[in-house]
Amino acid sequence: MLEKISGSPVPIGTAAHYDWDELVQEDRVHRLIYADPAIFAQEMTHIFGAVWVYLAHESQIPNDNDFLTGKLGLRPLIIVRDSEGKIRALYNRCTHRGTTLCRWEKGNSKSFQCPYHGWSYLNTGRLRGVPWPDGYAVDFRDPKFNLAQVPRVESYRGFIFGTLNSQAPSLTDYLGPIKKPIDEWLDRNPGGKVVVCEANRLKFKGNWKLAYDNSADGYHVIYSHRSLIETENRFNTGYEKGMSFYQNSPDKAAMYVAYTGNGHHYKDKRPNIEKRAGGLWAIESLHPGMEHYAEKLRAKLGDKAEAALDLAGSEPVNINVFPNLSLLGNHIQVIEPVSFEETNAVWYGTKIEDVDGTLGADVVADINALRMRTQEGFPNLGEVDDITNFEQIQRGLACLEDEWIYMNRGLGMPERFRTDEQGVIYGPATDEVFMREYIKEWKRLMMVEPNLVVQREP
Amino acid sequence: MAPQTKHDPARTSYYVSDALYQELVEGYADWQRDELIVEDPRVCARFHRLLDREARLLDQLKYEEWLTLYAPEFVYWVPSTPNGGDPRREVAVTFDDRRRVEDRVFRFRTGYAWSQAPPSRTVRLIGNVEVFKTAKPTMMMVRSNFFISEFWGETRTLTGWAGHRIVEMDGVWKIVAKQVNLIECDQSLRNPSIIL
Repeated sequence: MLEKISGSPVPIGTAAHYDWDELVQEDRVHRLIYADPAIFAQEMTHIFGAVWVYLAHESQIPNDNDFLTGKLGLRPLIIVRDSEGKIRALYNRCTHRGTTLCRWEKGNSKSFQCPYHGWSYLNTGRLRGVPWPDGYAVDFRDPKFNLAQVPRVESYRGFIFGTLNSQAPSLTDYLGPIKKPIDEWLDRNPGGKVVVCEANRLKFKGNWKLAYDNSADGYHVIYSHRSLIETENRFNTGYEKGMSFYQNSPDKAAMYVAYTGNGHHYKDKRPNIEKRAGGLWAIESLHPGMEHYAEKLRAKLGDKAEAALDLAGSEPVNINVFPNLSLLGNHIQVIEPVSFEETNAVWYGTKIEDVDGTLGADVVADINALRMRTQEGFPNLGEVDDITNFEQIQRGLACLEDEWIYMNRGLGMPERFRTDEQGVIYGPATDEVFMREYIKEWKRLMMVEPNLVVQREP
Repeated sequence: MAPQTKHDPARTSYYVSDALYQELVEGYADWQRDELIVEDPRVCARFHRLLDREARLLDQLKYEEWLTLYAPEFVYWVPSTPNGGDPRREVAVTFDDRRRVEDRVFRFRTGYAWSQAPPSRTVRLIGNVEVFKTAKPTMMMVRSNFFISEFWGETRTLTGWAGHRIVEMDGVWKIVAKQVNLIECDQSLRNPSIIL
C-alpha cells in the first residue's frame, strides 16, 4: 500500500523563498547552501528522499532475517533481508508512538518489538501484535498500523539503494554511465564482488556537500595531502608512491575527471599507472606486513603474484554516486548528513572472497591481510587532513558578508573538455567541472517539489 | 611474539605475518582472568610507572623517547569493534607496525599535517592498572583505563582501556603490542589523528 504524505513534507518551508539561480551561479555558490539549516531541511526531502540514496551493501545482511540499522537522510531505518529473502528498508519508528524499535546496529531477527509499549512487528513491517488489544476499538489488520517503509528499494550488484520518490527513474537508469566504472571497480575482484568488513568511521563539523565537493577534486591533493605524499616517499624505493603522480603537471597527465549525469562523477587515475601486473602494487605506499606477504606470495605464485598483489593495492579511482556513495581505492565511503554543520564519513573496508576458486583460500587470506592494512592508510594519514579542511571551511563561512565559494577552475576554457555520445563530460584531473555540474543537478532538485511516498504492507 | 628478525623494522615490515596476527588474536582473546593477576605491589608499580611515563612522553610529543619504551618490532592496534576483531579480515581504526608509527611522527613534523597543525594539546590520565601473567614468565599483559583530554580548537575527551603486552628483553621490559580500545571505536570519530 502506497501512502501519500499529507501536507507539506517540509514543515516550515523556510527555504521556499530562495532564488536558487542567485544561490547557485555558473562559477560560484552562495555560502548559505552549506550554512543554512532551512536549506539542509529541504535537502532531506528534495535530495535524501527524492533520488536513489545508498543505504547499505548486501554483504552486510547476507542471510535471511539479518538486519542493520541505517539512515535515509535523517530518517532512522532498519535495513533487513526479511524471512523470505526480500531486502526492505523499514522506518525504524513504532507506528504507535514514534519510538525507534531497534537500537542495535546489526543482528538477526524475525521481528522487532517496541521497547516502550511492546507493539511488535514482523521483519516484513507487518504488525504482529499489541498488548491488550481488547482496549482498542480498532481493527489492527488495518494496513495503517504496519510499519512505514521505503517504497522503492533496489540493488545494483550488491549496492542497496532506496528512494521515496514514486516518479524516480529505475535505479539502473539513475546510475546511467557511472555503472561502467562501478562495474570495472567490482570486476577486478574475484567473481566481481567484494564483502564489507568493518569501517574507518570519521565525522566532521561541516556540511555534507563539503565531502561530496571533495570526492573527485584533483586540485586539493598536492596541498591538502602534502604531508602524506612526503611521508609516503620518505624512503627512496625506486617508485614514486601513492598520489605522487599529482606532482608537476597533473592536467597534462592521462588521468582525468568525468561527469556522467544525475550528479554522479568519477576521477580516473588508472591511465597514470603502468599497465602491467604489479603496476598498481609498485606505487602502493608502505604498509604493515607488505614485505612479508609480497615475498610469501611471490614464492607461492611466481609470475602470478604481481596480479594477486594488485588486488591488495588501492584501486586508483574515485567513483561518486550522488548524493552519498563513493568508491575510493578499495573503500565504500558513505556520506551521512547529521545536521547542516555535521557529517559522518564512513569508509567501509572491503575484502575479497575466493568466489571462483582460482586464487585459493590461503592466497585470498594473504591478500586480505594486506588489503586491510592498505585501506587503513588513507583514512589515518590523509582523510584526517581533508576533514580538518572541511571543518575549517564551515568555520570560514561564518564570515557573513563574504558570500561566495568558487568552483570555476576550468570554466570558460572549452578546450579542456570533451563530451561523448552519452553526454559524459571529460576534463583534466584537477578541473572543477564535476563540481559545477553536480551542483547544477542539486539546484534542479531543490527547485522541484518531489512526490514522496512511504509504503506499508497491505 | 615472533622472534625479532634480521630486517630493520623501521624500514621494512617482515614481522607483520600470519604468525604475528595469530599470536595477537589469541593473546588478546582471554587474558584478563583473576587467577592471572599479579599481586606483588612492586611489579604492579613498575608497570604503572611505565604507563605513566608513556602518557607523559606522548603528552609532551617526545616521540623518540616514547619509542624507546617499545621493542624494535611492535604493534599499535586500535580495533574498530569492541571485541577487537580479527585484523586479518577487518579494517581497524589503526593497525600500525613500527614503520607506520614512524610515518605518523614524520608526518606530524612535515608542517603540512593539517589535522595536527597546530598539534593537539593532550593530558592523559591512566588508572585501574592491573597486571596479568601469561604462559611465559618474560611476558606480562597490563590493562589500564585511559582518559585523554584533547584540545584542538576546543576540548574533547577520548576514553577507553588499553592492553599492553610487555616482554622482558635483556633485562628490560619493552612493549611489543598496545591495543587501544576506545569506547566509541565503532562510531564516527572526529579527527582521530593523535597517537593514543
